[in-house]
Amino acid sequence: MLDIALTLGYCAFGLSLLIALSRLLRGPEMVDRLLSLDTLYVNALGLLVLAGIGRAAGEARSALFEVALLIALVGFVSTVAGARFLSRGDVIE
Amino acid sequence: MTLYASLVEWVMSALIIVGGFFSLVGAIGLQRLPDFLSRLHAPTKASTLGVGGVLLAAILEPMRVGAMPVLHVLLLTLFVFISAPVSAQFLASAALRSGAGSALGRKPDEFVEEPASESVPPHRG
Repeated sequence: MLDIALTLGYCAFGLSLLIALSRLLRGPEMVDRLLSLDTLYVNALGLLVLAGIGRAAGEARSALFEVALLIALVGFVSTVAGARFLSRGDVIE
Repeated sequence: MTLYASLVEWVMSALIIVGGFFSLVGAIGLQRLPDFLSRLHAPTKASTLGVGGVLLAAILEPMRVGAMPVLHVLLLTLFVFISAPVSAQFLASAALRSGAGSALGRKPDEFVEEPASESVPPHRG
C-alpha cells in the first residue's frame, strides 16, 4: 500500500516539477520566473522527503532529511534576495 | 503486520497521495492562471499544503515500527509553513513595484486600497 502511494507521490511531484519548469522557461515577466523557481525548490523538497520515507532506516535517510532542510533554508533566502533585487534593484543597500 | 502498523501505513499513504495531489494542483495553477497576481497564490498555498502532507507522513513514519515520531522533520514543516507566506509577500511587493501586467485589464495600482484623503499618497506594498 505504501509502495503504491510512494509511486503516486513521486509521479505527482515529478509532474509538478516539469510543469513549473515550463513556466520557468516561458514566464513573460521576471517575477514569474522567480515564482516558478520558488515552486521548484518547494517541490524538490517534497521529492527528497518522499525518497527519505521510501528508504530503509539508517544514516542515508537522516542525511536526506538534512538535505531537505538545507534546501528549504537556501531556497527561502534566494527567493527573498531575488524579490528584493527585482523591487529595489539592489539586494543589500 | 499488526493492525496498528497497517493503520499507520494507511494514514501515511493517504497523506502522501493528498500531498501529491495538492502539489500538482499548485503547479497546474502556476501554469494556467491568467496573470501574475493570481498565479502567485496557486503554488504558495497549494504546494505548501502538498509538502506539508508529505512532511506529516515523514513524521509518522517511525510509528510504523512502534518508535516515537521524529520531531526534527517537524522543524522542517514549521520552517516551510513560515517561510512560504513571507516569500509570497516579497514576490507580490516586487510585482507591484515592477508593474507586472494583468490579463484582467486592471493596472496593479487598482489592487491597492486608496486612502480616504487626497493628500496622503497611496501606500504601495
